[in-house]
Amino acid sequence: MTSAGAGEPPGGQAVLTRGLTKRYGRRLALDGLDLEVGHGEVFGFLGPNGAGKTTFVKLLLGLARPSSGTGRLLGRPLGDRSARTRVGYLPELFRYQGWLRAREVLTFHCRLAGLPEEGFRDEVTRSLELVGLAGRGEDLVATFSKGMQQRLGLAVALLGSPRLVVLDEPTSALDPVGRHDVRELIRRLRQEGVTVFLNSHLLSEVELVCDRVAVVDRGRVLAQGALADLLSGEGPRVLCRDLPGDVLPGFGALRRDGEWVSVPGLDSSRTPELVAAIVGAGGRVYQVDEGRASLEERFLQLLERA
Amino acid sequence: MSWRPLEVIAGLTARELLRRRLVHALLLLTALVLALTGWGFSRIPHLHLGGELLTPQLARLAAAQLLLLVMFMFSFVVGLTAAFLAAPAVAGELESGVALAVLARPISRAEFLLGRWLGLALPLLAYVALSASVEFWLVAVGTGYAPPDPVGAEAALAGQGLVLLTLTLALSTRLSAMTSGVVAVVVFGAMWVAGVAGAFGSAFHNTAISAVGTVTHLLVPSDGLWRVAVYEIQPKLFASASLSRVGSPFSATSGATPAYLAFAAAWVILVLAAAVLSLDRREV
Repeated sequence: MTSAGAGEPPGGQAVLTRGLTKRYGRRLALDGLDLEVGHGEVFGFLGPNGAGKTTFVKLLLGLARPSSGTGRLLGRPLGDRSARTRVGYLPELFRYQGWLRAREVLTFHCRLAGLPEEGFRDEVTRSLELVGLAGRGEDLVATFSKGMQQRLGLAVALLGSPRLVVLDEPTSALDPVGRHDVRELIRRLRQEGVTVFLNSHLLSEVELVCDRVAVVDRGRVLAQGALADLLSGEGPRVLCRDLPGDVLPGFGALRRDGEWVSVPGLDSSRTPELVAAIVGAGGRVYQVDEGRASLEERFLQLLERA
Repeated sequence: MSWRPLEVIAGLTARELLRRRLVHALLLLTALVLALTGWGFSRIPHLHLGGELLTPQLARLAAAQLLLLVMFMFSFVVGLTAAFLAAPAVAGELESGVALAVLARPISRAEFLLGRWLGLALPLLAYVALSASVEFWLVAVGTGYAPPDPVGAEAALAGQGLVLLTLTLALSTRLSAMTSGVVAVVVFGAMWVAGVAGAFGSAFHNTAISAVGTVTHLLVPSDGLWRVAVYEIQPKLFASASLSRVGSPFSATSGATPAYLAFAAAWVILVLAAAVLSLDRREV
């Protein structure tokens, strides 16, 4: 877990905030958020509905202003125009001009993003292909299903090879195939060195693609760090019977919880050795738990503690 | 602020008017109105009064009165069109979420708003110029009557449209599309009625009621500009005739003063600036 101090943030991260706070009247939407996202990372921003995830994204992109706190996006202060030239964004509420054709929506965003005019056609074709909409570019957006509109939103976000892609619930309208496609797309972006900020409450999705995560609730970061660290539990435990004594050679004192046996502080990489030692000492092994929590379990634990 | 994003938004806005067939509908209906009124004006010189054909002078006077009525309809169409176009131009985008993806691009709120304004204002000005010019031409061909200053009249009508457009756009940065449109239309109607009341006050030398008209023309210069248009359309004879002093909405005793035109221009700029400021401070 990381814990950041106060003060003006340096510009070495793709996203960096210090004490970011947002109030809507008397309601506190974000409560002093400290967050760091490194360049090239796929970062999962998790939280239940109403945790402040979308508010945070809006502050990053200058769509709303913080009540207090500071932050930087690609090394520039929040709301800075030049940073937004290198950011792609898929909003949670994805709506595009229904009276335009998909290709026209993308061309419009190419113009807004300030891309070179001569490259529009190829860029639009590339984006449509990336999101599985090749061949639908001439269709009116109004005729698209919700899932197709979300794919179009992804294409808009990927225009111009951005350095940071912010995806706010990018699979909310997609079927299982679409969700798989988005995961593949995110992995591809990671390979290309693009930073991905994934805002989601779909934990399995985040677990599959993210390098680091932050869990937020009621505007506060409950935990932040590498996914592997976040999911690591209290070490392996073994369900066994007939194991004599409370000390195991080579491991020391055992901890017993009913028929479950564990060694405090033991790394999960030594699980096979532990099982072999228990069997060697006469114990009969029925079940082994590596001690790694699922993201869902960890997420629920964090929310309960909060 | 740079020109490029503003131009992109203005282009998209004008394109939307075409793609949604608003331009087609407006031009088709206007062509119908022009054809009907053109035919009607061409019949005036053939009318009889007391068993005799109208004299050319009387025919021109009748044509001038009817032209004011027709131009009032155009003024009404321009005012309402401006309100209906501007109401969803910002509020609709914010309500639907379309603005989220747009405003996350490297574009300032000022460029977005001014782009929307320009994309609506230019087609509106083109519509006024085209429809009024054709109407004036039809009247001149059919009856021989030509307004003293047709270009001035068109400019005043266009100014009235811009006032309504700018006011509605400013309202739509804070209110919903529906509310902005309704408020703008109510203001448009109220200003017109207050202008008529003010004219009555002047005719009967009632200072208090007369002041209503003056305040109205300063508060929102839509009716003030309509009166300027009326003055430029009506025969000069009307301006001094006693008939015009009883507060008719289709007559005016004085035309545009440079000070009032400058005030109207400043009003549009100030309200536009307020709209930019309002949108800039709004959370999307």
